[in-house]
Amino acid sequence: MIEVRDLHKKFAKNRVLQGVELSIPKGGIFAVLGPNGSGKTTLIKSILGMVIPNKGTIEVFEQNIKNNAAYRNQINYLPQIANFPSNLKVKELIRMIKDLRKDSADEKELIALFKLEPFLNKKLGNLSGGTKQKVNLVLTFMFDSPLIILDEPTTGLDPIALLHLKELINKEKNKGKTIMITSHIMSFVEDVSDEIVFLLEGVIYFKGTIQALKEKTQQKDFEHAIATILTDNHA
Amino acid sequence: MLKILKYSFFDLIRSRWSYVYFAFYLLLGFVLLFLNNDLSKAIITLMNVIIMLVPLIGTIFGVMYFYNSKEFTELLLAQPLKRTSIFVGQYLGVALSLALSLVLGLGIPFVLYGLFTSAIIWNFTLLLITGVFLTFIFTALAFNIALSNENKIKGFGYAILLWLFLAVIYDGIFLISLIIFQDYPLDKLSLGMSMLNPIDLSRILILLKLDISALLGYTGAIFKKFFGSNFGVIISFLMLSIWVILPILRIVFKSKKKDF
Amino acid sequence: MKYKRNAFRKLTILFIGLFFLNQFSSFAKTIIVCETCENKSIKEAVQFSEANDTILVKKGTYHEYNIIIDKPLTIIGENYPVIDGDLNGEIITIISDNVTVDGLFIINVGTSYTEDYAAVRVRRSKNFLIQNLVLEKLFFGIYLEKSKDGRVYHNKIIGDAKEEYNSGNGIQLWYCKNVEIEHNFVEHVRDGIYLEFSDFCTIKNNVSTFNVRYGLHFMFSNDDSYEDNIFEKNGAGVAVMFSKRIKMLNNSFRENWGSASYGLLLKEINDAEISGNTFEENTIGINIEGSNRVLYEKNNFIRNGWAIKVRGACYTNTFTKNNFLYNSFDVAYNSKVNDNVFDKNYWSNYTGYDLNKDGIGDVPYRPVKLFSYIVNETPETIVLLRSLFIDLIDFSEKVSPIFTPDNLVDKNPLIRKMP
Repeated sequence: MIEVRDLHKKFAKNRVLQGVELSIPKGGIFAVLGPNGSGKTTLIKSILGMVIPNKGTIEVFEQNIKNNAAYRNQINYLPQIANFPSNLKVKELIRMIKDLRKDSADEKELIALFKLEPFLNKKLGNLSGGTKQKVNLVLTFMFDSPLIILDEPTTGLDPIALLHLKELINKEKNKGKTIMITSHIMSFVEDVSDEIVFLLEGVIYFKGTIQALKEKTQQKDFEHAIATILTDNHA
Repeated sequence: MLKILKYSFFDLIRSRWSYVYFAFYLLLGFVLLFLNNDLSKAIITLMNVIIMLVPLIGTIFGVMYFYNSKEFTELLLAQPLKRTSIFVGQYLGVALSLALSLVLGLGIPFVLYGLFTSAIIWNFTLLLITGVFLTFIFTALAFNIALSNENKIKGFGYAILLWLFLAVIYDGIFLISLIIFQDYPLDKLSLGMSMLNPIDLSRILILLKLDISALLGYTGAIFKKFFGSNFGVIISFLMLSIWVILPILRIVFKSKKKDF
Repeated sequence: MKYKRNAFRKLTILFIGLFFLNQFSSFAKTIIVCETCENKSIKEAVQFSEANDTILVKKGTYHEYNIIIDKPLTIIGENYPVIDGDLNGEIITIISDNVTVDGLFIINVGTSYTEDYAAVRVRRSKNFLIQNLVLEKLFFGIYLEKSKDGRVYHNKIIGDAKEEYNSGNGIQLWYCKNVEIEHNFVEHVRDGIYLEFSDFCTIKNNVSTFNVRYGLHFMFSNDDSYEDNIFEKNGAGVAVMFSKRIKMLNNSFRENWGSASYGLLLKEINDAEISGNTFEENTIGINIEGSNRVLYEKNNFIRNGWAIKVRGACYTNTFTKNNFLYNSFDVAYNSKVNDNVFDKNYWSNYTGYDLNKDGIGDVPYRPVKLFSYIVNETPETIVLLRSLFIDLIDFSEKVSPIFTPDNLVDKNPLIRKMP
């Protein structure tokens, strides 16, 4: 589904990615983890074509993504910070994204799920952060695409919405979709993901199941396993 | 691209600032015409406003819009859209909404005043066309600045500097260089330097209408050809078009290379 | 030949005799000239006429030149007969007093570099009347030479002059006195109307346009007046030079464009009065050199490049109650001293206020801008006109004058336009 080969990217003098090799098969939930500045978002944005790599190739759905926009039709992406044009109404934003993607979408169920009906006619500028994130989720999940990429999906969500999000993710997984997630909430990651990809200093340090990570670090719980990697490498 | 244009445009024409901008021109038009009652004076005041204010508003608005819609742009980038369409679409949205505020804001009072029956309509139309050109040029320059500067404060700083440079400082350097080299033939230098600054270019286009009597007072053959025939108008419009096209090309080029 | 000359002499004596007879009997007769008449040419008719006769020229084309009118005659054309000189030289020369020429269409005057051939010339004569003529394809049009007490009325002079050196003037006065020039239309000649050493003449209601050099030109002529004329699109406008006590009233000077072009050029003019005139869209409205004690009153200066350009020494001139409307520059001055008065004019560029509502601005107006001084030094800087930078330096000069005359101000600028 996704093939990343020898990916390099630097911003000014800061080398963020230094030869990332990653292969993500079809189906399953993959969590991309790593300390701040390890290049998680850069990796995801490279896959989305938002960051132009200095070196290396990325193939999504067996197509090289260079100078290609059409493949994004099959990706649902949830950006990290949901900030929309403040003069648009929620309804208009949904209509607009549908219009831009030219895809059929089913937003009604999602709107009901996140209880967004009262906000549909409000301008986006007047919404709270959490509500905006819910709108963001609706926009992401309303299309039926084989690849879903979520950048910090839990930001600002209340416990009930978080629960709904987990259900949504599992439902999509059960449909056989591939889902990539970045998150700082370890419990969330542990809950939902099948495999983790650990980025450290611009390379993939570890890729495998949580179980495998625990074994490798000889730790019993996930959070400690992560902490071990970080302390070992900084020592 | 048309879709992006449409959404940016509708987004902007509903924003408070567009209304402020529109209302400002509307008020200016009414005050100039109905309180002053002197068309010639109104045109001269308008010229000053258009040459100074339109570039300033264009740059500020362009930079502001670009930075404010950064997240929205990222949302769009994740959609199956070409980068060129996104940025050129947004650019055209901003430029068109600003141009519309200008044309309607000034046009309505002038139409109500009965301008269509007045001989000054050509001067006025020329002013509006120049204003629209300046809007497109300076919005494009603003997008260029914003595309090249991640830092918002820096971007704003450069935008203001650009305006200050082209509106005031450039002419200062221009004047000083003409005075320094006054022993040499200066036709080409003076016309050339005017062509290289869109504000000067627009000013000259308007001068061709307002001050042709004075412009023809100079003896140089190139001046005579430039000001004495349609040659000057054609060249000026051509240069203004180049001033729109080049920055747009750079937007296209830059946007393809940029990381978000 | 000899016989002929004798015959001619005899004939002349006879004519003189008849003339006196006529005087006594006062039986002025009318001689008709037409293509089928006994008199087929004007020249013949003049020969056979006696003083105070009327020669009536019927419609037709007469190929004639060097018609010399040597006695008081009235020559009237009916339905504009054409006198075609076939480019041979001068066509009508009047050398007698009391001659009237009326209603002829005169074309093809000869061109020469040594002689100033005219369509109609009046030489050393009095009480002439030249009216309703149409002159085309001419060198000089109506040439008055050492003549006086005449009138040139309602003629139309249409030349095809392209260059100054091989063209003549429409109406020219040389050493004349008391001549009235009214309601004439002159275009496409060198100078529309030219006065040299001619005094006490009146020039009224004429239209002088598209002339290669000046619409009206005075040289060494005093005590003349011109009023209600229109001078438009002439090569260099109107020039009044080396003359005294000229009255210039209610004329219109329009669209004289070019580097050496002005609505009105004053050079060495003293004690003139210039009032009620309109100067519109000229490169320079009035260009003044070495002129003193001139009164400029109630004139309109509209959209000129420079409304007034003062060069050289000009003393005790007064500018009052004029309207200065939307000129690129109101006044340009090339010296730092000023002895002229600007008072109670209306300036459209004035930005002051009138708190006590007496119709006079509370802040004085400085009509000379620093930029006009800069343009004078470096003409190419004109492309910076109306630039914000220029406005800034003009403003600073206004606050503390360094380059422009300190006392050149209108202390009482009007708030409302003069009607």
